[in-house]
Amino acid sequence: MLAKRIIPCLDVRDGQVVKGVRFRDHRVVGDILELAGRYRDAGADELVFYDITASPQGRSVDRGWVERVARVLDIPFCVAGGIRSVGDAEAVLNAGAEKVSINSPALENPSLIDALARRFGSQCVVVGIDSETTVDGYRVHRYTGDPERAGDAGRDTPSWLQEVQDRGAGEIVLNCMASDGVRRGYDLTQLRAIRAECRVPLVASGGAGSIAHFIDVFRHAGVDAALAASIFHSGELAIPDLKQALRLADIEVRI
Amino acid sequence: MSIVVIDSGGANLASLQYALQRLGADVIVSLETDVIAKADRVLLPGVGAAGAAMTRLRSAGLIPVLRNLRKPLLGICLGMQLLFEHSAEDETDTLDLLAGRVERLPASPALPAPHMGWNTVSARRTEPLLAGLQPTDRCYFVHGYFASGALPDVVATSDYGRSIAAVVRRGHIAGVQFHPERSGAVGATILRNFLNA
Repeated sequence: MLAKRIIPCLDVRDGQVVKGVRFRDHRVVGDILELAGRYRDAGADELVFYDITASPQGRSVDRGWVERVARVLDIPFCVAGGIRSVGDAEAVLNAGAEKVSINSPALENPSLIDALARRFGSQCVVVGIDSETTVDGYRVHRYTGDPERAGDAGRDTPSWLQEVQDRGAGEIVLNCMASDGVRRGYDLTQLRAIRAECRVPLVASGGAGSIAHFIDVFRHAGVDAALAASIFHSGELAIPDLKQALRLADIEVRI
Repeated sequence: MSIVVIDSGGANLASLQYALQRLGADVIVSLETDVIAKADRVLLPGVGAAGAAMTRLRSAGLIPVLRNLRKPLLGICLGMQLLFEHSAEDETDTLDLLAGRVERLPASPALPAPHMGWNTVSARRTEPLLAGLQPTDRCYFVHGYFASGALPDVVATSDYGRSIAAVVRRGHIAGVQFHPERSGAVGATILRNFLNA
């Protein structure tokens, strides 16, 4: 049976792994290769490297580290940040990344999703959606890495989800913004609603603060994977302990 | 020993090359018929679409070369699917080295497609590629098309709402649906088994 995936997310800025709270006030937490190796050894199923500065500044991700990571890492990893063309994606994939994840550039130019899926196959194309619960329902936000430009993207989350799937997205990372970095648990209500409309793998993001939160999101939201950052980077939760607890809760994991 | 990875234009060339290098292998990435025909081990990777991959192999003159290989060949992911007769992806006639057709995985919220993640592999019979593996070991899969686990040359299957061909073999022709280059220590064992075959 397919295992549920645990995915540490490493936010990268200027070649260092950083972490902020609610997307702001980033502090350095370590070196990319060192953290990648440590998470691989701990049993991470996959890693996401998110260049949080690349997209708002309109530049592409610095690819030097992608190749260095690919040479040492024997588990899949995804690169996000500033991928705004087929050429950008090709460079990252050729350097050895398994997938690329696009967020704000997909909102600016939705046909980029079609172009990437056609060229590389849907399985390489992850679409990240930053979604906020508002009085008008779930709303998509853009440029969330940049406090100056961040804001409502003018779309509601369910219709954007439908569109990106139709255009060929092979996986969705749903980041529930009110939950991100505050560690009170994943937004189960929103994730369940999105799961019911999502026919590609769905990754929960934002809010993990304890082992119980991971058990809840797999049990009650039916997601394929759970992504988290600070709870792992702080050393508060070790992946082997998390996986043992998930297994005891009868959730299929890779140990 | 010459180990050649066919430059099939897919996106996992680099990760496969690095995985083989981690095992100490000297790897050549090539699309040249004479290099591939003379190789001791040939790997056919592939990420992308069946139609584009076959066009690339055909225009490089590689189809007769692959059909006449006598040395071990390992197809990976799309590379494994190309070993069959036909793929529903782009309705493409493929290499026809193994009997059977590749179908599209239906997608639903209960069983999303692509089939993405770490799954177990159950051997139907003794398979040298899987030597040293435990039944609980997992490999990393990412695919939206599949060959049925019921086909005659399937030697190991995975379960994803149906039986999926995970490892195939007919003589010196073998293939794996998962990505050994991204399957941690388990994948490294499989690649080492292939190099030592």
